[in-house]
Amino acid sequence: MGFLNFFLGEKKSSASVAKERLQLILAHERNGRSSSPDYLPQLQRELVAVISKYVSINPDDIKVHMERQGDLEVLEVKIELPETR
Amino acid sequence: MTKIVVVTSGKGGVGKTTTSASFATGLAMRGHKTCVIDFDVGLRNLDLIMGVERRVVYDLINVVNDEIKLTQALIKDKQLDKLYILAASQTRDKDALKQEGVERVLEELKAMEFDYIVCDSPAGIETGALMAMHYADEALVVTNPEVSSVRDSDRILGMLSSKTKRAIEGAEPVKEHLLITRYNPNRVEGGQMLSLDDIHEILRTPLIGVIPESESVLQASNQGTPAIHLQGTDVAEAYKDVVARFLGEDKPMRFTEAVKQSWFKRVFGGK
Repeated sequence: MGFLNFFLGEKKSSASVAKERLQLILAHERNGRSSSPDYLPQLQRELVAVISKYVSINPDDIKVHMERQGDLEVLEVKIELPETR
Repeated sequence: MTKIVVVTSGKGGVGKTTTSASFATGLAMRGHKTCVIDFDVGLRNLDLIMGVERRVVYDLINVVNDEIKLTQALIKDKQLDKLYILAASQTRDKDALKQEGVERVLEELKAMEFDYIVCDSPAGIETGALMAMHYADEALVVTNPEVSSVRDSDRILGMLSSKTKRAIEGAEPVKEHLLITRYNPNRVEGGQMLSLDDIHEILRTPLIGVIPESESVLQASNQGTPAIHLQGTDVAEAYKDVVARFLGEDKPMRFTEAVKQSWFKRVFGGK
């Protein structure tokens, strides 16, 4: 069988298919792990707690987001203050 | 100085317990005082693989809960006087494993001047696995040449570098070693199995050894003898090499090249 494939020049070996699939999925998963560290939800909760001391806001008014730009990691914190009457 | 080594993998059935048993036995054969702990609370198996199942009276949870003294739960190996086994509990749930309790047990073992503590991690990424790796200085990540195992190992490597005590405290990271088990060089040559270079390239972790796929492993577990004791088998030799490399010796990889079967054997069968 390997013989035939060799001459027909088709069909990659299943091991190389496995390798390609793994490299793709792991690159994706590693990215996911590093771009949103698991302290973000807690950071968000604590920010809400601190800001709530001074201004009344909803937990949803704070958005915390981690982004990777080349070698830099950018932590973006967006706080929407309620409209003052 | 006591070194804590976790044997982990994420995926189940890849050879963690087989490896823990042989690795700990190998360290003791080399004269190091070693304790191997089963962290698989609820599904203990290390005792069976080590052949001490009928001598388990107390277990890890009894010690963690301070119900008995550590020395009452330590089972001394029959063949090697430097080897001790601490079994997991079968009856209680995984939440019984409290971090403070685990730390206390490890501290007590350190005080008893153990050279190595080998922690046999349960499969998965839950409390038991996290407890087993938390205090580790080094890690053996057991991987089969198969996609789901490699993916799970990658996950575990990520946890070793983020969830362990060393990672949290910003100390020197846990030293990671990749151990490939159930390796079949003939299938690798045929393009049906990921090669060790492939796995090494994907996981980017230093390779400490390759254990060939072998019937001897089942034979060893049937008898309750760690595979490293099976004289003359490739598995035993491969595990001895792993222990030697772990202790800093330079050993070339063995049993990684395909063996050509003679046409005679192919036609007439035989082993």
